[in-house]
Amino acid sequence: MELSLKGILKNYGILIAFFAICAIISILSPVFLAPNNIINVIRQTSIYGIIAVGMTFVILTGGIDLSVGSILAVSGAVCAGLIHAQLPVAAVIAAALGVGIAFGVFNGLFITLGKITPFVVTLGMMGIARGITLIYTNGYPISGLPEDFRFVGSGYLFGLPIPVLIFIAVVLVAHFVLTQTRMGRYTYAIGGNEAAVRLSGINANFYKALAYVIAGATAGLSSVILTARLNSAEPVAGNGYELDVIAAVVIGGTSLSGGRGSIWGTFIGALMIGVINNGMNLLGISSYFQLVVKGLIIIGAVWLDRLRDESN
Amino acid sequence: MAFALEMRGITKSFPGVRALKGVDFELEAGEVHALVGENGAGKSTLMKILSGLYTADEGEIRLHGKPITTTGIRSMLDAGVSVIYQELNLVRHLSVAENIFLGREPLLAGSLIDWSKMDKDVKKLLEPFGIDLNPRAKIYTLGPAYQQVVEIVKALSLNSEIIVMDEPTAALTGNEVERLFDIIRSLKASGVSVIYISHRLEELAKVADRVTIIRDGQKIITKAIAELKTDEIIRHMVGRSLDEQYPKMTIPVGREVLRVENLTKQGVCQDVSFHVNQGEIVGFTGLVGAGRTEIMQLLFGHTQADSGQVFIDGVKTHIRSPRDAVKMGIGLIPEERKQQGLVLGLSVLDNASLTVLDLFSRFGVLLGRSLQAKVKSMVDKMDIKTPSLKQQVLHLSGGNQQKVVLAKWFLRDCRLYIFDEPTRGIDVGAKVEIYKLMQNLAKEGAAVIMVSSELLEVMNMSDRIEVVFSGAIVAEFKRDEADSERVMEYALGLHSQTSIKLQVEGHQDGA
Repeated sequence: MELSLKGILKNYGILIAFFAICAIISILSPVFLAPNNIINVIRQTSIYGIIAVGMTFVILTGGIDLSVGSILAVSGAVCAGLIHAQLPVAAVIAAALGVGIAFGVFNGLFITLGKITPFVVTLGMMGIARGITLIYTNGYPISGLPEDFRFVGSGYLFGLPIPVLIFIAVVLVAHFVLTQTRMGRYTYAIGGNEAAVRLSGINANFYKALAYVIAGATAGLSSVILTARLNSAEPVAGNGYELDVIAAVVIGGTSLSGGRGSIWGTFIGALMIGVINNGMNLLGISSYFQLVVKGLIIIGAVWLDRLRDESN
Repeated sequence: MAFALEMRGITKSFPGVRALKGVDFELEAGEVHALVGENGAGKSTLMKILSGLYTADEGEIRLHGKPITTTGIRSMLDAGVSVIYQELNLVRHLSVAENIFLGREPLLAGSLIDWSKMDKDVKKLLEPFGIDLNPRAKIYTLGPAYQQVVEIVKALSLNSEIIVMDEPTAALTGNEVERLFDIIRSLKASGVSVIYISHRLEELAKVADRVTIIRDGQKIITKAIAELKTDEIIRHMVGRSLDEQYPKMTIPVGREVLRVENLTKQGVCQDVSFHVNQGEIVGFTGLVGAGRTEIMQLLFGHTQADSGQVFIDGVKTHIRSPRDAVKMGIGLIPEERKQQGLVLGLSVLDNASLTVLDLFSRFGVLLGRSLQAKVKSMVDKMDIKTPSLKQQVLHLSGGNQQKVVLAKWFLRDCRLYIFDEPTRGIDVGAKVEIYKLMQNLAKEGAAVIMVSSELLEVMNMSDRIEVVFSGAIVAEFKRDEADSERVMEYALGLHSQTSIKLQVEGHQDGA
C-alpha cells in the first residue's frame, strides 16, 4: 500500500498539484473557469511552452540555456523585418526558425568544441542576441503586420487557436523523438553519464549540440507566434522568459542534473505556470510580486526533486 | 589490557547486498594489522564504519574498552581514528602546512593565520621520520609517496592513535614502499596502531604483525602473519581452489587481430609494441599509474598518440575517436564501471543497447521490438540477474552491473575486446562468471586484452603477460614461463635501468 501511494505521488504528483492549483484559483476567482479565460491561458502558455519543450532537451543533457528569451527577440525582429520587406509568410517563418537554429548552433559549438560550460555560453549569448536585436531594431518595435501573418498568432483552426495547435504538435513530435528515436535515447544517456556515452563509440558532442539547436529552433518558432499575436516585434520581447521556461521544465519533473524527465511533464509544468500567472492576474496580484512567486516556485521544484532523489 | 580497538558483530546491509555479517575485529596498541580480502569482500565497508562514514546496522565498536556511542566522521576523528584513503584527500593547490592544518589553522590575534607557527609545527611533526619537506610546498609538486606522508602527518597532528591505510603502496615504487614501511615502523614504535589494507600479499610479511582475512562479508581468520603462508592467505581469500577460481581453457591461437608498433605519447607511454591474436587473452599488468589504462585509451581513440602505428587484421588504421574504434570492431570495458561504463539512472535495456542503437534503427527511429528481443536474449544468455529489462542498473549488484557493460559490447560482436580491471569491486562468484565469458569470447575467435592489477588474475587467465612500468612494456612472459615474483619485480621497475621520467603518476588534470 505504502509503495503504491508513493508511486502515485511520484508519477502523478505534478498532475495532482496542477488540479489542486486550478481548484484553488477557481474558488478564489470563478472567472478562471470561463471558456474564454481557459483558451486564453492555454494560448499564452503555448508561447513559452514551445520553448520549454526545446529546453527539456537541453536540461536532459545536463545543460541549461539562458539565451532562449533573447533568441526569441532576434528571430521576432528578423521575422517582422522580412514581412515588411514583402517576403511571403512561409519564407519568413522559415527564416525565423533559421535564426533560432543558427544561434543554437553557436551555443552548441561553444559548449561542445569550446568546452565552455553551458551556463557561461548561454549567458553570453543572452547578451549577444539581445544586443543584436536592439541594434537591428534601433530599440523601436517593428509593428503594423499584414493580416495573413497575424493569423498565425490569433487565428483558429478546428475551433482551437493556432498557437495551441502548434504547441500540441511540438509536444507530440518531441515526445516521439525522446521516446522512440536514437537521438532521444542518446539525449537521456548523455545527461546520465556523458563519459559512458562517448566510450560507447557515440558522437556525444553532436547530440549534445543538437539539444541547443532544438532549443534555438523552438525559440524561433515561438517568436513567430508572439510577433503575429502582438502584431509587433518588440526589442524587449522574451525578456525574462528563461525563468518561465526553466520553471516549466523543472516543475515537470526534469532533473537539472540531467538524464531524467519527460516532455509530458514539461507540458503539465508549462500549463501550471500559465495557470499560476493567470490566477495571479485574476486575483490582482502585482506583476512585481509575481516574479517573486515564480522564483520561489523554481527553487521549490528543485528542492522537491532533491528530496525525491534522496528518498531513492 | 584492553584492545586499542574492538569491533564486535558488525553487520551492514545495502539495498540488495549484505556487505558485512557479524564481523569481529581487534587491534592491539602499537600493532600493524593487515586486513585482506578480495575486492568487494567488505574491507572498505568495515573501514568506512570505523571512520564513521557509515553506521553499522548491528554491532559495537570499543576504543580502549569503552564503547563508542556517537558516530560520524567528526567524532571518530576526535576519538583518534584517522583513515587515509587510496585516493588521497588533499587539496592539490594548497601547501603541505595548509593541508595538515586545514580547518585548524593556528591564528594570530584570533584572526590572522600564524604562518611561522604552522611551518614550525609541520617541521616538528616531520622530524621523527627524518623527512625534510618544505611546509610551503604545494601538494601537486610532490610525488605520491610524499603526499602519503602528508596524510600520515595530518593524522598524527590530530593525535590519532589508530591510522587506517587503504592500499598505501598502490601508487608507490620500490624505494618509496621501503620508505613508507620505515615510517610505519616508527609509528608502531611510538604506540600508534595501523590497519593496513593491501592487495600486495608479498608486502604483508615485511610490515604487518597480524592479518585478518575477510571474504563475502565475513571474517575468515585472524592470525600472526608469520604463521600464514601466502598461498594459505590466498586460499582463505578466495575460498576455493585456484582451478575453480580461474577456469582457464586452452584455445588454439588464430591469426593476428591487433598489432601495435612503437606507440608513443609524451608523458604517457614510450615505444609500446605488442600484438594480440584470435583466441588469445593477453594480460597487461603493472602498478597503478604505470600507464596501462592510458595505453588502452590510445588504442580506443579516447586520446591520440604522438607517433606509432596500429594494425587491425593486418591493415594500418588511424583511430581518432572511440567512434572509429567501435567501427573497427574494438570494444572497451572501462576501468571505472560507474563513471565510464554505465548510465546508472537508465535501465538495463538502455545501457546494454547503447552501442547498437545505430544497428537497430531506421532513419533514426528505433526498432523497439527487435532491439528488446536482442537484448533480452543476451541478458538470458549471460545470466544477468535483473527483475526486468526496465530495471535501473543503479539497483543491480556490482557483478551484474559489470555484466551489463559486457553485454553492451557482446551485442556489438567485436573482434577485439579490451577489459580494463574487469573484476574490480565484484564478488568472487561473479568473477568466475566474468572469466568464463572472457574465455568464451576467445573461443569464438575474438582477441582479448585484459588490464589488471590483480596479479593472481593476470597469472591465471592470460596466455601472455605484458608488464608495464613507467609507460613502457618492460617484459613479456608466456603463460608457462611466468612466475609471480618475476612479474612483480618487473612491475616494480627493479629491472629497468633506464627509468624514463614520465609524469604518469599523480598527473591528473583537474576535471
